[in-house]
Amino acid sequence: MKLLARPFVALGNGTVELLRFIGGMGFLLVDVTAQVRRGLLSPRGRRLGWSNLWAQMNRVGVKSIPIVSLVLFCIGAILALQMAPTLRDFGMVSSVADVIAKAVYREMGPLVSAIVLTGFAGASIAAEIGTMVVSEEIEALEAQAIDPVRFLVLPRVVATTVMMVCIAVVGDVMGMVGGLVVSQLFLGIDFRQYLTHTFDILTMWDFLTGLAKSGVFGVIISSLACFLGLGVSGGAQGVGVATTRTVVLTIVFLIATDLLFTAVFYFVGL
Amino acid sequence: MLSPTIQVLDVIKRFGNKTVLDRVRLDVIEGETLVILGGSGSGKSTLLRMMIGNLKPDEGDIEVYGKSLGKMSVEELTAYRTSIGVLFQSGALFNSMSVADNVALPLREHTDLPDETIQIMVKIKLELVGLREHAEKMPAELSGGMKKRAGLARAIALDPKILFYDEPSAGLDPVTSHEIDNLIKDLNDKLGVTSVVVTHEMDSAFRIASRMVLLDGGKFVVSGTPLEMRESTDPLVRQFVHGLTEGPLTDRRRGGGYERDLLGENI
Repeated sequence: MKLLARPFVALGNGTVELLRFIGGMGFLLVDVTAQVRRGLLSPRGRRLGWSNLWAQMNRVGVKSIPIVSLVLFCIGAILALQMAPTLRDFGMVSSVADVIAKAVYREMGPLVSAIVLTGFAGASIAAEIGTMVVSEEIEALEAQAIDPVRFLVLPRVVATTVMMVCIAVVGDVMGMVGGLVVSQLFLGIDFRQYLTHTFDILTMWDFLTGLAKSGVFGVIISSLACFLGLGVSGGAQGVGVATTRTVVLTIVFLIATDLLFTAVFYFVGL
Repeated sequence: MLSPTIQVLDVIKRFGNKTVLDRVRLDVIEGETLVILGGSGSGKSTLLRMMIGNLKPDEGDIEVYGKSLGKMSVEELTAYRTSIGVLFQSGALFNSMSVADNVALPLREHTDLPDETIQIMVKIKLELVGLREHAEKMPAELSGGMKKRAGLARAIALDPKILFYDEPSAGLDPVTSHEIDNLIKDLNDKLGVTSVVVTHEMDSAFRIASRMVLLDGGKFVVSGTPLEMRESTDPLVRQFVHGLTEGPLTDRRRGGGYERDLLGENI
């Protein structure tokens, strides 16, 4: 009987965990939104903590620019090398620029930047907040009537979202540069020809849909990291578990969200 | 008779199946230093977390100045928390901020004072705990005792009416522990605050307490002055207060089925 009941118990527990996760994330996002509104509108609550926000933007964004640039440069170069033989067969090797432009601006730029930022910022936010939970710092904030969501979560979500959009722009450019360098050096495509193809094929919507996705990715990375960090229990091991879960869950959520966006853009013709 | 500042009214708290506090009832009188004694797992830190509003009781209530903590609005709870100071067991300093910024944080968050005034107040608080020269150090550069003193400076930043201490002497050498105790007494005398101290260090407890209560297994056992506790004939109180190796606490531990655990059910 016990053996028969086991799958149902597991299913029940899984459902409860899932509902708890969705509810917790929902509450956190509602709270963050309310804090932004209160921070901007109420005179006493006008404490968005600009210095804290700058520090987070520097940590999350500025420091991740070199790594995002390198990764996207390589992606652009890889795409050029992968596409060139097939396109050459059709006598369209100069269209490498078109393929790279569409792929990078619409897809690879935002998504790869977000995945790099997950490892760079998401993991460190989860570990930092988790360590603060373990060392009683969150409890100390609450005991001093300082809301941890406003003090810790809000600057991280705002900073990550803003910087994610900026990094995606850098990533877009570096992906294009990667393709351009390979095309110039190995594919015999002149850089003027490459740029002409790129700017002819790209529309403003390609750029804007990529940026819109990046903003949403920023919210996903930071809010998941904060949520899982705040939920740490069980000391140093709990911090490790939360950090790993943050990276894995964030990547899954990013790709699922990307699919959703792409499907919507496809069906509305963007 | 002085009115109670805090009233713990038949509080029950459970974590899963384990009852951590079982119908605990006690009063904290204005101006006193109440020491809550108890062994590890007796529920004393849980009780402290409830008194500061970080945990809610499953049953019963905690009233502060006659107002139920559980029924307070967000604004009332904020007002209450700005009127108390808490020293956590580890100090709970914010590791990303210097000592001075840690102490300044509640002032920056809850007052509109100009930064120059805040800097002066921070120096005053740090001087009170003997850390003015270490204001710019990061928490990682401080010893355990210094962390607790810095935590204390932060706890008194807003001139609280009630101070809570969670194991203030735990993990400290006897000299530093004595220094912290003197600091607690000094603050009580100078600021006239009500203090609630959770500890199991008896030397420290006797140095600072004006009244003591003993918790055991989540239950209230006894309350009395330090002298009454020292002279109590209750076997449990005697064993705990004098650190005796024989008594109800050790008897209970020995009755834990050790032989059965070693040899299985066949004994």
